[in-house]
Amino acid sequence: MLTARFLAPARSLTRSLASIADLKKTALFDYHVENGGKMVDFAGWALPVSYPDLSHVQSHLHTRKGVSIFDVSHMLQLHIHGEDRVKFMESLIVADVAGLADNTGTLSLLTTDQGGIIDDCIVHRTTNGYLNLVCNAGCADKDLAHIMARLEAAKSSGLDVDVEIKPNHSLIAVQGPKMEGVLQGGVRDDLSKLFFNHTALVDVWGIPCRVTRCGYTGEDGVEISVPTDRTVELVEKLMAASDDVKLAGLGARDSLRLEAGLCLYGNDIDETTTPVEGTLMWTVAKRRRAARDFPGADEVMRRFKAKEGRRRVGLIVEKAPARPHYPILNLDGEVVGEVTSGSPSPCTGQNIAMGYVDIGYIKNGTSLQVQVRKKVFPATKVAMPFVPTQYYVEKK
Amino acid sequence: MALRLVSRACIRQFNTALSTTRPLSMYYTKSHEWVNVSGGVGRVGITDHAQAALGDIVYVDLPDVDAEFDVGDEVSSVESVKAVGDVALPVSGIVKAVNDTLSDTPNLVNQSAEDGGWICEIELTDTSELDDLMDKAAYDEFLESE
Repeated sequence: MLTARFLAPARSLTRSLASIADLKKTALFDYHVENGGKMVDFAGWALPVSYPDLSHVQSHLHTRKGVSIFDVSHMLQLHIHGEDRVKFMESLIVADVAGLADNTGTLSLLTTDQGGIIDDCIVHRTTNGYLNLVCNAGCADKDLAHIMARLEAAKSSGLDVDVEIKPNHSLIAVQGPKMEGVLQGGVRDDLSKLFFNHTALVDVWGIPCRVTRCGYTGEDGVEISVPTDRTVELVEKLMAASDDVKLAGLGARDSLRLEAGLCLYGNDIDETTTPVEGTLMWTVAKRRRAARDFPGADEVMRRFKAKEGRRRVGLIVEKAPARPHYPILNLDGEVVGEVTSGSPSPCTGQNIAMGYVDIGYIKNGTSLQVQVRKKVFPATKVAMPFVPTQYYVEKK
Repeated sequence: MALRLVSRACIRQFNTALSTTRPLSMYYTKSHEWVNVSGGVGRVGITDHAQAALGDIVYVDLPDVDAEFDVGDEVSSVESVKAVGDVALPVSGIVKAVNDTLSDTPNLVNQSAEDGGWICEIELTDTSELDDLMDKAAYDEFLESE
């Protein structure tokens, strides 16, 4: 094998000490290594792609049956303070932040003045005097530069707002149907009242954390923002709480999110895609569409009404896995799109993919083809998610 | 290291009655392919080390029969959930057979990379190229140094 091309944005670490020294380490680095984590470079951070006890597929399937812990401390956690924090946040993202109920949040997008997606992010409106924002690690430098530039302008125009990177906190994701049962053992608050996209300050085994019911796997789960100096302690408590709790890495994280139909920034969305092409107009709240008061609103609404161009779709591909940049062809063999993410799906046993196709091909059931290296295989456009999601949504 | 080699040799000899592989004719490349030569015909596959690095294998690209390749040409690719490994031909040859079982059971490469998980059989066009390859001992030593 000349080289094994690793398909997610991760590269294997060689054993050279120099490579490891170049990478940023989370609070769990030593813990990962002690547990046999296979460390790779992800967005400049040393993170585990897998652990020796479970294969990629086993770890993936376990997350949908038990509980998996993912180290997501590389992600950017921000607090936005000040009287005008909601107005400021709305000047950056497409969400109806003003309309968020206390201690709830949503997936949103930071957009450019041309409507392109700078990053996807999760925003929460806390009752603790700040908005909580979590952004992708791969976009951290870009997002910070963008937000700080806008902050300067906002302050100059008299807005009372400030932004800080949340100091001294790491982030872990605890995902899977057994999460609530396991976590409840360390928490006095009634977790059955913490619904999907709700957030709360909670003592977890005596450690003061922010617990948010959200995640990137399609399963019920939480993300726990935990003091960095107590992160190992928290993970050890979770692992000790039940045999159902397993560590999981970036490999399973990617196949899980793809089954859930969730975008990976850089693959499925980037600054050349607006929410229209990205099939993410649901993140642009009705009030914001009408007011056209988010960056790039005019262009986004123009494209939304024009119904042209390409759209992000889900595909099932026969025989071979589809991978980023593989051409999508129509039945006449003409190129009509491109794959942006793809993987075998452990749960369905099929090869699933996300990609962009010309708008004429987006109906469910449309027959297409995907070029896999030198061969061409049949594909079908399907609705996402590929595996039903299990979010703990409040029944009203 | 010596113990490991001995135990592997024992397992190989046990299997010899059932398979056509003979340990002495196995040659290895630095890019983790093997060719098992008998007469002018060689069976080609990826090593156990390579399958372990790839993880659960889900798809193997098989070459066309009668296709001719030079040494080092990509003759196949082996794909896991997370990675695609290109398989370079250890020696020049013409494809005479492919392991069709891998179409339905690609993870045979995981289970038996250096035996039942063979990828294709070639008719060697230049047997002198075997001199550039490693034997098992040299390959094992190469793995230790990597």
